[in-house]
Amino acid sequence: MRRWFLLPARLTAWLLIVAPMAVIAVYSLLTRGDYGGVEQPWTFESFTRLADPLYLGILWRSVWISAAATAICALTGFPLALYIARAGKWKNLLLQLVLLPFWTSFLVRTYAWLFILRDTGLVNTVLTGLHLIRTPLPLLYNDGAVLLGLVYSFLPFFILPVYATLERMDPALVEAAADLGATPGAVLRRIVLPLAAPGIAAGCVLVFVPCLGAYLTPDLLGGGKTVMLGNLVQNQFTTARDWPFGAAISLALLALSTGLLLVTRHAGEQL
Amino acid sequence: MIRSRAAGFYAALVLAFLHLPLLILIAFSFNANRFTVWTGFSLQWYRAAIEDSQLVESLINSVIIALAAAGLSTIIGTLAAWGMWRRRAPWLSGALYLSLVTPEIVTGIALLALFQGAFRFLRLPLGMHTVILAHVAFSIAYVTIVVSGRLRQYDRSLEEAAMDLGANEWRAFLKVTLPSIAPAVAAAGLLALVVSFDDYVITSMVAGVDSETLPMVIYAMARRGVSPVVNAVSSMIVVLFGVLILISQRLQEK
Repeated sequence: MRRWFLLPARLTAWLLIVAPMAVIAVYSLLTRGDYGGVEQPWTFESFTRLADPLYLGILWRSVWISAAATAICALTGFPLALYIARAGKWKNLLLQLVLLPFWTSFLVRTYAWLFILRDTGLVNTVLTGLHLIRTPLPLLYNDGAVLLGLVYSFLPFFILPVYATLERMDPALVEAAADLGATPGAVLRRIVLPLAAPGIAAGCVLVFVPCLGAYLTPDLLGGGKTVMLGNLVQNQFTTARDWPFGAAISLALLALSTGLLLVTRHAGEQL
Repeated sequence: MIRSRAAGFYAALVLAFLHLPLLILIAFSFNANRFTVWTGFSLQWYRAAIEDSQLVESLINSVIIALAAAGLSTIIGTLAAWGMWRRRAPWLSGALYLSLVTPEIVTGIALLALFQGAFRFLRLPLGMHTVILAHVAFSIAYVTIVVSGRLRQYDRSLEEAAMDLGANEWRAFLKVTLPSIAPAVAAAGLLALVVSFDDYVITSMVAGVDSETLPMVIYAMARRGVSPVVNAVSSMIVVLFGVLILISQRLQEK
């Protein structure tokens, strides 16, 4: 009986989750066709091309933008998570406030920044109106805008796991340390941070991984100038029409994402 | 006292960062001026949005796709959650986990490659059906997570009692278990509706010419430049999603 309950999900998983990945794996080993698509012969060329300095540059850019976004999320998110964990009866309301924008449309949230940052957008209109600037500031279509959009989108991903570990922390530990003469800084460094470490690690991975595979944010806010791995994949399948290479980048991106998540999940279970 | 007030101020600042962009967007959707200067209250952009035939058509597409995908994935996901509650299914949960962590753009091109490859033999073009299949593929994981969460708190002996009294497994599920987890199933369905309705990246890869969705039109308009109509449509989506998610969360608490 149980088999019949699982059958539809198994069919969907094999046909629509595993099979597409298998197709991508096969494509990555074939040769680019003249009009897009793929042709024989079999080759590893797409994977060796990944080491090309041009693409290593894009990989490097994706990694540093994601790392910067993660660092900013950690620095801004940790104090907020701590504040919410100690907010008593306001806890749930504050947590809802953190999560609510996360549940509104991702596209709309990214568009909101487009609306605020563009040349005729809110910031530039206000600054010009106050006669602080004459020509609009180039706020959009650069690394900074992409970074801002990523932090805005994924900040809740950091706050939630950190809040969860801080909430479980016994407040008596902090009180005991303070009673024994620890300064607030020492309490934070030697009690709170070590106890929150698993949550912080989980939060960092949960921000870093989606940033690394981001497509829409660099596309809309970077305006094609800030190319990250996700945009490179899309480009190979559309404009460049090099499906084998696009497939190879996809596999590399997928391996990187799942690898990071699995490693930290494993580490989390051991703690 | 001063310390806690500073902490409160900081918390308010971060929360403002999370909420202000959307609030500003909603405020300016009621602006009479087409530029970012407030000149008075007006509903003209909402009227323009409703009268825009491209927007309305894409909205209809989005609603059909979201209803079909959410309906299918709720059924499939709920049955799967029940099956995995009885005994672990490592391969299936592994595949669902994979669908959650794969970057959207990779899911999109992988499905595109699959559909193009498969349909070359079947002579079927991309269209509404491919979008629905793609959405089912990525929303099953969400449904399974929500329903599994509820089943973990569900007393197994209720179902066993029903079977002791002569119900077979299917009837015990349908008459005993399903009614008591119904709120969670509804919550999961609403969540699937939202993630399907919202998706742009995967949809844009697998959609055909006749299956343009609302996010695709919004994306194209946002790309083209300033149009307050986009603000109006976006504001309506924000409010709609907010309501659906709040209902979904209430249902999960039941």
